[in-house]
Amino acid sequence: MRALIMAAGAAALAVCAAAPAQDKDVTQREIERYRELLAEGNPADLAEAKGEELWKTMRGPKQASLERCDLGLGPGVVKGAYARLPRWFADTGRVQDLESRLVTCMVTLQGFTEDEAKKNPFSAPGRPSPIEDIATYVAGASKGMTFDPPLRHPKELEAFRTGEELFYRRAGPHDFSCATCHGDEGKRIRLQDLPKLTDPKEAQKVFTSWPAYRVSQGSVRTMQHRLYDCYWQMRHPQLDYVSEASIDLQVFMAKYASGGTVEAPGLKR
Amino acid sequence: MDRRAALKAGGGASVIALALAAGILKPEDVFAADWNKAAFETKSFADTVKALGGGGSTESDQILMTTPDIAENGAVVPVTVESRLPGTRRIAILIEKNPNTLSADFTLPEGTDPFVTTRVKMAETSNVYALVQSGGKFYHAAKEIKVTIGGCGG
Amino acid sequence: MPDPMRIRANMAGDKVEVRVLMAHEMETGLRKDANGKLVPAHFIQNVTVAHEGKTVLAAQWGTSISKNPFLHFRFKGGKPGDKVKITWVDNKGETRSDEATIAAAG
Repeated sequence: MRALIMAAGAAALAVCAAAPAQDKDVTQREIERYRELLAEGNPADLAEAKGEELWKTMRGPKQASLERCDLGLGPGVVKGAYARLPRWFADTGRVQDLESRLVTCMVTLQGFTEDEAKKNPFSAPGRPSPIEDIATYVAGASKGMTFDPPLRHPKELEAFRTGEELFYRRAGPHDFSCATCHGDEGKRIRLQDLPKLTDPKEAQKVFTSWPAYRVSQGSVRTMQHRLYDCYWQMRHPQLDYVSEASIDLQVFMAKYASGGTVEAPGLKR
Repeated sequence: MDRRAALKAGGGASVIALALAAGILKPEDVFAADWNKAAFETKSFADTVKALGGGGSTESDQILMTTPDIAENGAVVPVTVESRLPGTRRIAILIEKNPNTLSADFTLPEGTDPFVTTRVKMAETSNVYALVQSGGKFYHAAKEIKVTIGGCGG
Repeated sequence: MPDPMRIRANMAGDKVEVRVLMAHEMETGLRKDANGKLVPAHFIQNVTVAHEGKTVLAAQWGTSISKNPFLHFRFKGGKPGDKVKITWVDNKGETRSDEATIAAAG
């Protein structure tokens, strides 16, 4: 059993550890059963419906909808787009993920400033986030399809390399990196299994389960939120919304998740 | 027959619910006027049964509950109740250790299966009761559900 | 105007199977906001389901029904093309009604 350095005085921070095999099996089975029972009627459906409506709603100074937004498969093509992100875009000259691409479209098509478009990325009780709902709608439109990001363009390969460095970089007061929790098999925090993200078998199952309805938060959470939250848990400096670093990390993970089936929107604890 | 028995039980399925079931009142006529406040403020299984109009309740193996043994998150716990007791017109869900015991009170007219699935909040590990009214009497089944908190949030 | 429900109604044998997801915060009144103030209770108290005008289910709910409530039940006597109408009323008097058409199979 591999023990890790316990964060000093960190009440909220849990330890990643391997669990005794037998107890883990029974508990694991029950947790899986709990998730199965919740599978019918995913509240993310509500966000998907709102997102679809927002996609078609005239908004912003230009009073335009997002129906001409190019998510990589051509203007307005939503079905299948999530399965082929992140990717390089000629019009911005950058590698972009779903959420940064939505920001781009909100700015260019609807006339929002970039700050306005990025202002409310994650919903809170009583305060919905349009971009969160739209991301859920777009991701859900690739459900069941094979996840197949291009990972070909020089900029995409560069993003992969940067993402890889970020994944393994230990930093912060607890000397954690992404790999600390996600770089090995059989790790767990309390009852939450931690996928080894560099193992395609595991990456394929989890990467495209985002966005997902998180019952603990009573709302849908996107990949950007997941990364932001991880960085917070590691006590690294804040990972800015749709920053280059957040996209590079996704390109790194996307490579291992390639070939999986898009599950979004998922349902999680 | 059920209506008479239920009315005899008193304070049970409300008059409005019965009128709905009998087709006398249309759903549009019903607003929040009819909500059994007292029943939703009781703090024990026994008190809740009383507030719902029961003198007491008998355990029954004819009430099937589908619940997880462990709930990864107490905010959303799936509960399914299916009753094989004849003439089941009412199913209630009670959570023993919640601040208020009564979670839901379902009225099921004839023609509707004595079956319901919903999701409840549990404050902590607790017995969850399915309370069924059949032939004017109350019956129940119980399952313990362990509530735990998971890890980081994947 | 509260957000719409997602209703799925389909035939399962000779019965109609209904699954509905409602959009509602279901605040218990016990939660504190970021400033430490209690968020007032705001929850669905009554639900009624009608099939072609006849009630097939009625429910009274408390604050311990989960946020974005889910409901699944079955009834006899419906056929494809019929309408199922679901109405909820909450403790603030807000209400929402949505209709779905019964599909052939689920």
